[in-house]
Amino acid sequence: MEYLIYIATLVCIYGILGLSLNLVVGETGLLSIAQAGFYGIGAYATALLLVHTGVNFFVAMALGMVLAGVIALFIGTVLSRFSGDYYALVSLGFNVIVFSVLLNWRSLTQGPLGIPQISQPMIFGFSFSTPILFLCLALILLLLVYLIASFITSSSFGRVLHAIREDEEAIAVFGYRTTYYKLAIFVISAMLAALAGALYASYFTYIEPFSFQVVNSIFILAVIILGGLSSHRGAVLGALVLVIVPEALRFTGLPSDIAAQMQQVFYGLILILLMLYRPQGLLGKFRM
Amino acid sequence: MELLETKNLQKKFGGVHAVDHLNLSFESGKITALVGPNGSGKTTLINTITGLLSIDGGEIIVGGVELKFVQPSQVAALGITRTFQSVRLFGQISVLDNILLVLTKRDIGSALFERHSNQHLKAAEDVLKKVGLWEKRDEPAEILSYGQRKLLEIARAVSIPAKIYFFDEPFAGLFVEMVKTVSAILQELRNAGAAVVLVEHDMELVRNLADKCYVLDSGKLIAEGKPEEVLQKPEVVEAYLGK
Repeated sequence: MEYLIYIATLVCIYGILGLSLNLVVGETGLLSIAQAGFYGIGAYATALLLVHTGVNFFVAMALGMVLAGVIALFIGTVLSRFSGDYYALVSLGFNVIVFSVLLNWRSLTQGPLGIPQISQPMIFGFSFSTPILFLCLALILLLLVYLIASFITSSSFGRVLHAIREDEEAIAVFGYRTTYYKLAIFVISAMLAALAGALYASYFTYIEPFSFQVVNSIFILAVIILGGLSSHRGAVLGALVLVIVPEALRFTGLPSDIAAQMQQVFYGLILILLMLYRPQGLLGKFRM
Repeated sequence: MELLETKNLQKKFGGVHAVDHLNLSFESGKITALVGPNGSGKTTLINTITGLLSIDGGEIIVGGVELKFVQPSQVAALGITRTFQSVRLFGQISVLDNILLVLTKRDIGSALFERHSNQHLKAAEDVLKKVGLWEKRDEPAEILSYGQRKLLEIARAVSIPAKIYFFDEPFAGLFVEMVKTVSAILQELRNAGAAVVLVEHDMELVRNLADKCYVLDSGKLIAEGKPEEVLQKPEVVEAYLGK
């Protein structure tokens, strides 16, 4: 049972990451490979605040989100000048920098040793210390992020994001300062990814830099491509499939090192098949 | 009354003058045709005025304000709207949303909390009915036929309460009935006092619709005046047909 709760909690965390990235990639058409960077910023900011200041988890999470938002504002200002392949490359560069900082700023992050003994969430004396209670919290936050994403995309703002995805220059001629729209959604997306990072840090009570590498950004990208671009339900479904199916490989009787490799093969295979037969993903309406 | 003027306007691509010191004026309540052979600079001129290309020299005067630099996002606020030579719709979103996009608020804070109102919907319904696309409102724009896409783009342009309308070959590829619809829209805008700028290769349409005509060749103005007079001039015939 605890294993199932563990899987469900992971689905919630990756669901939040998928929903956050979908705002940039699916809705706005900007191929960002930076999401694990903001995920890491949220996780480390929360972990450091919890370990060193003893502040409440929700305060630490909020501060982590603000920090990720501020960093996204600076990075996004640079990124908003780019589109297409260049956007992807510059965002990937940012993720590499974040990983390097987390790995090498040992006085702050303890480098590859990571940060242990991160406390679990508590509110008004009520602790989310058991797996089932933590899952409830993760589900509530997933629902909250889902509602935020739906609110954004059903507004006039969301319609403009879709138009930017289709033809940025054409929508600009109708009076929209598209750079600001791209920047705003990038910041919102980064803050939501940081929320997932806070949840991750507190759930595992230990973090290290290797959870926030470029390969994790690609995994989050795979979540939304599989589920369907510009679909909130798709982002959650993608997280569900990509967390559960590889876990199922553990029970195939393969040696554990081969099963781990098979997970990577599975991710690659699923992306190739989708691009060939269903480029809009399982529940998506739009193509890249 | 001139709503828009260009003064010695220039646009160069390398050593080639695509727009070569053009002095043009576009007046309220008139349809002004821009004609000339392919590559004469008509679309480049529109792209320069609407900020898609930078100005290399000269200036644009809109409502008495001199501009040496125009950003695309400024254009609507200047009272200018346009269509494109190659249709540029937001293909994967619905026909209705293509119109609502130009009706709703522009600033981020307001747009985030805005849902389209009944007033927006009514305005979109009116314009889509005018071009016969209301029934298609929920379809993605990309599944429309070429002519329908052209009409939707025109509907999108006229949904903005502008003073100056640029139509870049709006009749290309349209059936007879569609041509009548677009002609009526252009005349309606003229009668409402707008400056309508029409890029067109069909000289019959230019004669029927335009009040004034500028003929361009290699970025230069080679003739101007009433269409029926200008289109007879030897230099104009030569530009189109060669010596």
